[in-house]
Amino acid sequence: MEGGGAVSDVMTQDAGTDVQQMNMIQAINSAMDVMMERDPTVVVMGEDVGFFGGVFRATAGLQQKYGKNRVFDTPITECGIIGVAVGMGAYGLRPVPEIQFADYIYPALDQLVSEAGRLRYRSAGEFIAPMTVRSPFGGGIFGGQTHSQSPEGIFTHCSGIKTVIPSTPYDAKGLLIAAIEDNDPTIFFEPKRIYNGPFDGEYDTPATSWAGHADAQVPTGYYRIPLGKARIARAGGALTILCYGTMVHVVEHTVAMLGLDAEIVDLRSLVPLDIETIEASVKKTGRCLIVHEATRTSGFGAELLAQVQERCFHYLEAPIERVTGFDTPYPHSLEWAYFPGPVRIREAINKIMKD
Amino acid sequence: MTDPHDSAGLQGKAGHNLPPLRLHVPEPPARPGESADFTHFDIPAADAAPRPDETAQPATMRDMAYGLVRVLDENGAAVGQWNPNLPSETLLRMLRTMALTRAFDARMFRAQRQGKTSFYMKSTGEEAVSIGAALALDRDDMCFPSYRQQGILIARDWPIIDMMNQIYSNKGDRLKGRQLPIMYSARDAGFFSISGNLTTQYPQAVGWAMASAARGDTRIAATWCGEGSTAEGDFHSACTFASVYRAPVIMNIVNNQWAISSFSGFAGAEATTFAARAVGYGIAGLRVDGNDVLAVYAATRWAADRARANAGPTLIEHFTYRVEGHSTSDDPSAYRSAEESSLWPLGDPIARLKQHCIALGIWDEDRHAAMDKELAELVRDAAREAEKNGILGHGLHHPMESMFEDVFEEMPRHLKEQQQQMLDEWKAAGL
Ligand SMILES: Cc1ncc(C[n+]2csc(CCOP(=O)(O)OP(=O)(O)O)c2C)c(N)n1
Ligand SMILES: [Mg+2]
Repeated sequence: MEGGGAVSDVMTQDAGTDVQQMNMIQAINSAMDVMMERDPTVVVMGEDVGFFGGVFRATAGLQQKYGKNRVFDTPITECGIIGVAVGMGAYGLRPVPEIQFADYIYPALDQLVSEAGRLRYRSAGEFIAPMTVRSPFGGGIFGGQTHSQSPEGIFTHCSGIKTVIPSTPYDAKGLLIAAIEDNDPTIFFEPKRIYNGPFDGEYDTPATSWAGHADAQVPTGYYRIPLGKARIARAGGALTILCYGTMVHVVEHTVAMLGLDAEIVDLRSLVPLDIETIEASVKKTGRCLIVHEATRTSGFGAELLAQVQERCFHYLEAPIERVTGFDTPYPHSLEWAYFPGPVRIREAINKIMKD
Repeated sequence: MTDPHDSAGLQGKAGHNLPPLRLHVPEPPARPGESADFTHFDIPAADAAPRPDETAQPATMRDMAYGLVRVLDENGAAVGQWNPNLPSETLLRMLRTMALTRAFDARMFRAQRQGKTSFYMKSTGEEAVSIGAALALDRDDMCFPSYRQQGILIARDWPIIDMMNQIYSNKGDRLKGRQLPIMYSARDAGFFSISGNLTTQYPQAVGWAMASAARGDTRIAATWCGEGSTAEGDFHSACTFASVYRAPVIMNIVNNQWAISSFSGFAGAEATTFAARAVGYGIAGLRVDGNDVLAVYAATRWAADRARANAGPTLIEHFTYRVEGHSTSDDPSAYRSAEESSLWPLGDPIARLKQHCIALGIWDEDRHAAMDKELAELVRDAAREAEKNGILGHGLHHPMESMFEDVFEEMPRHLKEQQQQMLDEWKAAGL
């Protein structure tokens, strides 16, 4: 079991497993299903996750299949949910709590930051918190300020917590399985805007579904994608773009529109970070753009920018740029002015490529 | 050295001849397709509840947390010690306010379904809880509501067109389109800004009440949350502060028996009442028939008088039923019996008050039908007026640069830069 979180290039997979078209919700559901089947210590809990199967249906069918001892609704107390998950972890279970929206994770901060994130350290390994906290995050659904936030930077700032963000159904399943198997507490933020289909950032065009998308072909069985291994979403030589979650698709679309030979790096996991892949790419292209939806000041982009600067300074041909959400709460009616969409990404690219 | 990765207790302790432990996970009485059953729920007679003195010590009135304060009996007569003996015009005002709230909900729910806004939440069947309380409080008492007390604003005669502008996030929205629909704020109505984060308003109300007491003011505070929300830590922090400082605050729990898909058992209802939370904190607790607007009025009046007499806070559980879905994003037929709302034994608050007014001879079916028609037209006309200011996503919103205002009192340099950058980028893009 040890080494669950170790960076490895090997993708382990059950031999002969079938492949099915899945959207991101189905892939996440399948990851929990596979893990509950394989490991009797995996338990799933959260507000509305039991009988109903979650407000986004991510846990649909699990209670019926695995029973109420392993899949159950909880009282509405995020602090309680995570505190209980720490205790279950101490007993030897592997809890997968859901926080209904990332915007509601704050009441749980003390249990996550002071407890789950430090338990291994303060007990010198006597106790661990092997939980995976799933939570839908990000905007683009007119959810107003309490159904839109991207708080990943709060968690990457704290010691002892891993932060993982998938951008495709295939990755969502493989990463979630790796996170559940991992013995450290992991925050698994699910970009809800792309649950049902990739989103290119053009909010006034019809929504697309995952149907026919190569990354929506998902093995029905077990496979894992190691935490801390980025994915080259598009190989190229002109410019490196670092992004994750929904923004991977917005960036892909913008780059395609511009006909630019950019290299798009989908980070997949922020902590641990695949700095080797980032470094190799920036040294190759000499230019770097960082895109995230979260607010700018002290956002994860600032950390990326610092690390790229430390490692690649002599290779850079232009200042590193960031496109991020603005430092305001997420507005309701002006959602699309806030969202860092193709217009803003294109302007930043033009600036970097200017000379 | 123990191995933390191999669970200590998973195998159990072989050799100990003890029965295995069992985890209790609550289950509601009825699921979809099953018939609802409220026979386990016994309703005390309408005149059964005693009415303690407003300054009674909490320890002497613990039974009140397990009984049910009622006024309107099965025949629509107002009975018992809690009867507030309201004049006819107050009764008819209550009736009209509840009917207007229901008409408003119907119209705005429809507007969401027509794509005019992103979200809506009805209070159908729970109108008495906010309206009975609002009319029992003074107009300048401060309310810290959850998202289901639109009835307070309507009872305080707040213009419904202003509420609609907020729902449409249009250029007439005083909140500048920033908040999710129904997350109102109306300082001039003594109505605190609604948060999407559950139960945060509870300690805030206590803090307002403590401030009022510390300054020798005469105004009190009231707050509301759902039964599901009582599980949040903020609820318990609020009770502790309210008890310690004997804060002049009324803490209302709207027990509508459902929290999205989970029934009240997940907030502790299998073990005790919600009013009984008061007992542990040494606070006065009342359990009230929340579909009886006269009972809600009387209980609120009792608690307000208690607070004004410096006798401390009151926790009131309003027992009611959430007739509709949780919100426009919800479909209750997926998790609860379809029969429940019609079988709910405490009935409908509007129907019950109507029956009472008819029995008193101050109202009749024709007048009621005429009122419903008039109110439907009133909200339709108001909605048309509001729509002139725009509907969500159709251009008539506050200017884009307004997004950066009110983050701070004075806009710091970094926000000014971001504001300018946004305008430049949109200009460069020809937008
Ligand atoms: C801190 C927090 N956690 C979760 C949610 C999501 N949520 C919104 S309403 C709700 C159910 C609340 O139920 P209850 O308190 O009974 O109020 P009701 O809707 O019945 O009026 C939940 C879980 C939230 N808004 N805030
Ligand atoms: Mg409720």
